[in-house]
Amino acid sequence: MPLMNRNIENFIESLLFASGRPLRLSEIRTILENEGIRVDLAEVKVGLNNLEERYADTSLELSEVATGFRLQIKKDFSHLLSSLWTENNRLSKSLMETISIIAYKQPVTRGEIEEIRGVQVSTNIIRNLLERDWIKISGYRETPGRPALFITTKTFLNDLNIKKISDLPPLPEKEDLSQDEITDTTEINLEAS
Amino acid sequence: MSTSQHKQGELGIVNGVPLPEMPEDLFIPPQALEICLETFTGPMDLLLYLIKKQNINILDLEVSKITDQYIDYINLMESLNFELAAEYLVMAATLAEIKSRMLLPKAEEDDEEIDPRLDLIRRLQEYQVFKKVSEELANMDRVNRDFYLASVNMPKVEKKTNVIDFNVARLKSSMVEVLSRPKLDKSHQIEFEELSTQDRIQLILSILSKKNLIGFYKTLQKSEGKVGVVVSFLASLELAKDGCVDLIQNKNEEIYIKSKVLNAVNE
Repeated sequence: MPLMNRNIENFIESLLFASGRPLRLSEIRTILENEGIRVDLAEVKVGLNNLEERYADTSLELSEVATGFRLQIKKDFSHLLSSLWTENNRLSKSLMETISIIAYKQPVTRGEIEEIRGVQVSTNIIRNLLERDWIKISGYRETPGRPALFITTKTFLNDLNIKKISDLPPLPEKEDLSQDEITDTTEINLEAS
Repeated sequence: MSTSQHKQGELGIVNGVPLPEMPEDLFIPPQALEICLETFTGPMDLLLYLIKKQNINILDLEVSKITDQYIDYINLMESLNFELAAEYLVMAATLAEIKSRMLLPKAEEDDEEIDPRLDLIRRLQEYQVFKKVSEELANMDRVNRDFYLASVNMPKVEKKTNVIDFNVARLKSSMVEVLSRPKLDKSHQIEFEELSTQDRIQLILSILSKKNLIGFYKTLQKSEGKVGVVVSFLASLELAKDGCVDLIQNKNEEIYIKSKVLNAVNE
């Protein structure tokens, strides 16, 4: 039934466009079923594959991230779009250090982050990460003061376009960090001045 | 700037003159301090930077040199009226302590003395790991910076709000109207009947179905108190009114309830 398949494909496309968030295979199936379209997961997957093929010569692409499938604009066009995007998406080095420690050592307390970074973690950084929905409090450590334990969220993975935490680059071995491997943006800044 | 790339022995040209070797005292050009201050994320970052400038491995940390440079840096910052985070001073103190311990002559027989630099080196290594990986993370594709999502802006479903013709005078007249309304909404509480007359009627009838004549006091329990007496009395009156029972009082003023229905059945 090629016509029928085509329909499923279009249904899925419309859902992905309008949902505003990634959709799981099972979510797509449920929504279609509620509309009286009986499909199994394999058929949804076929629909997605067909869509992906259809997008080959367009600016769109299908991407699977932590919380399902979503439509993205191919990276080739990013430079076009960045001018439309007024929001400043620059993140400070301090913030990146903090999120890295949380990502690789989770669940982790603020004190443990400070121990590694050798400096206080500013409230702004934690607030920024919470507002981005990149981290959340998973509980409290049963030690005096009951410090909050931070973990990363699925949104963090989605925003980095990955599916799971193990898709992050592996932690470098201490021994492998030889002198010239340290990329130092400070130096670039100095010389630029 | 005084130098350009100087990796792998390639030294730059300063004022048209090639630089034969690194000036020994070169670490941070003071005029660059204002710019680079913001770029250090903390004392560990600064320390790592100084070590890198010396082109040495962390493991070969030359505490004496580094400490001097570090403290120079701190002094410079203070002379420029930068407020340094307290942690920078803590690190300065740590460095000074390690330096002083290194200067102490080692007791020769004491081979097991722990290298005072050990803890700092371990911390630097761990920090370096996360500094490195945080740079990798920063370079990963990120939404709305390196790639963008494709979606349509769905029309927001807005509830239609009727614009009301409203002004102070109307507000006042509404308020007056509300205040002048008669209070028809007095609240009262409905309490659950502890003993219901209806139940008592059923009880009396069920007793009478076995016994034709019962004493009034058999229909209640002492624990029910006055309420019990009242309820039983009401129930028997109700039954008498409906013609189900006769109420009889003897000379001792004891009340008896006699079933009329059963009599009829029996007869």
